[in-house]
Amino acid sequence: MPAASPVQEQTKTVRHRGVVRVTHWLTFVAFIALIVTGFEIVISHPRFYWGEVGNVNTKPLFVIPIPASRDTVPTGYNYVMPDENGWSRYLHFEAAWVAVLTGLVYVIYGLWSGHFRKDLIPERRDWTWRAYWGRITKYLRRAPPDRAEDSSYNVLQRTAYLGVIFVLFPLIIWTGLAMSPAFTAAFPWTAALLGGRQSARTIHFFVSWLLLFFLVVHLTMVAMSGFWRRVRGMITGYVRGSEEAG
Amino acid sequence: MSLTTRRKLIYGSVAAVAGVGGLAAADRLARRYGLIPPDSGGIYGPGETLTYACQRVLNVRTPAREFPHSMISKKPFANEAYPPGDEFKKLRAGGFKDWRLVVDGTVAHPLVLSLADLKSLPVRSQITEVACEEGWSYIAEWIGTPLGAVLREAGVLPQTRYVAYFSIDKVIWDSIDMADAWDQHTLLTMGMNDGDLPVGHGAPLRLRLPRQLGYKSLKYVNHITATDDIRKFGKGKGSVSPDFGYAWYAGM
Repeated sequence: MPAASPVQEQTKTVRHRGVVRVTHWLTFVAFIALIVTGFEIVISHPRFYWGEVGNVNTKPLFVIPIPASRDTVPTGYNYVMPDENGWSRYLHFEAAWVAVLTGLVYVIYGLWSGHFRKDLIPERRDWTWRAYWGRITKYLRRAPPDRAEDSSYNVLQRTAYLGVIFVLFPLIIWTGLAMSPAFTAAFPWTAALLGGRQSARTIHFFVSWLLLFFLVVHLTMVAMSGFWRRVRGMITGYVRGSEEAG
Repeated sequence: MSLTTRRKLIYGSVAAVAGVGGLAAADRLARRYGLIPPDSGGIYGPGETLTYACQRVLNVRTPAREFPHSMISKKPFANEAYPPGDEFKKLRAGGFKDWRLVVDGTVAHPLVLSLADLKSLPVRSQITEVACEEGWSYIAEWIGTPLGAVLREAGVLPQTRYVAYFSIDKVIWDSIDMADAWDQHTLLTMGMNDGDLPVGHGAPLRLRLPRQLGYKSLKYVNHITATDDIRKFGKGKGSVSPDFGYAWYAGM
């Protein structure tokens, strides 16, 4: 790539602010650690229940048809997977701290700077089904994004990000804490409201799938709109003018 | 140097100094109030310390959840136990009449207690949940002598900071801080669901600790040591769990 000429400098658009970039990548690293270690923890008991209690002597809500990493779980497979629970639990909680503290910084910044109001809450004129449907068909036609989308997000992105930030993340933190015997001693309602400890575990499992689904869609969209251009945008904060848009 | 760069540099330096100063102050406070767990070293130390410190501040005085009689699990699952050796088999054959619990360390009067001695101390029952780190759980009624009653009997000295407890096999051991040691729910359990504690659940004596995960509720306990320095035990990380890769504090 040739060195940026002064003319190109002028077409650079600020896409992501510093706090957004730093918290984005911290969350990314923490999330990958959480998903990997979460998988390792779940395979020690791939059975799910509803209510307060559940174990191999009770009827499961459903079972993931995979071998377990503990031989006390009757999975029907004559095979026990490697047990990686110890370090996985240490790392799961450490990564959860990174995600929670990063999220706190991001939410405080988002409220204080107007990031949520300006970039994430859909614009007033987009509060219609037509706006959503219009952007969906635009994606389906593979039409190039508007210039306005260089510096901000469209209505579908905004809704998806708001859902992840204000619904899925709070829910995964709550259901995680509701599995802690010490936290539920201090706040019994956190488990009771969800229907019990095992219900919390089951919801935690489903919300992690929703977050993983978001990650896959997010990466697909990034790849479709020019992977390295977008990744560079999230690292440097800038996207160049539309000559590169794709 | 442009004005904005200079301003950024000043803000950055102020933030860095405040950050380092804040961390140093937090470290001092945490040490004074006992908020640093024994396994605070290593790459998982920061996360573990944050978890333990926050939980300690949150639930010094909040009791474990108790459940109604109707919620007791019909078939409690007895996880595989560490196989007790010949000494245990002999004691079991004798109906645990010769079982002794040794209480020593930083106490005024070291004790050697039979099960009958333990039962002569105040006995209480509670219906609490066993939650395993694997994910499963069950609820049972547990009957026994609170650890606090035994510690009072032995006259725990003021410098005591941890209580270590050992299984008869001598391999499995663990420890708790004084907040957990004095907690009303920390029970030297001898009975379960209106009967004697079954061997699969740790008979004759299991230390039940319902505010932490199941692996802290040691089975076959026959030795309790109060101490002012937990680092003198084992590899210095407060229990055998970190040797297997598990956290010392299991309240999550």
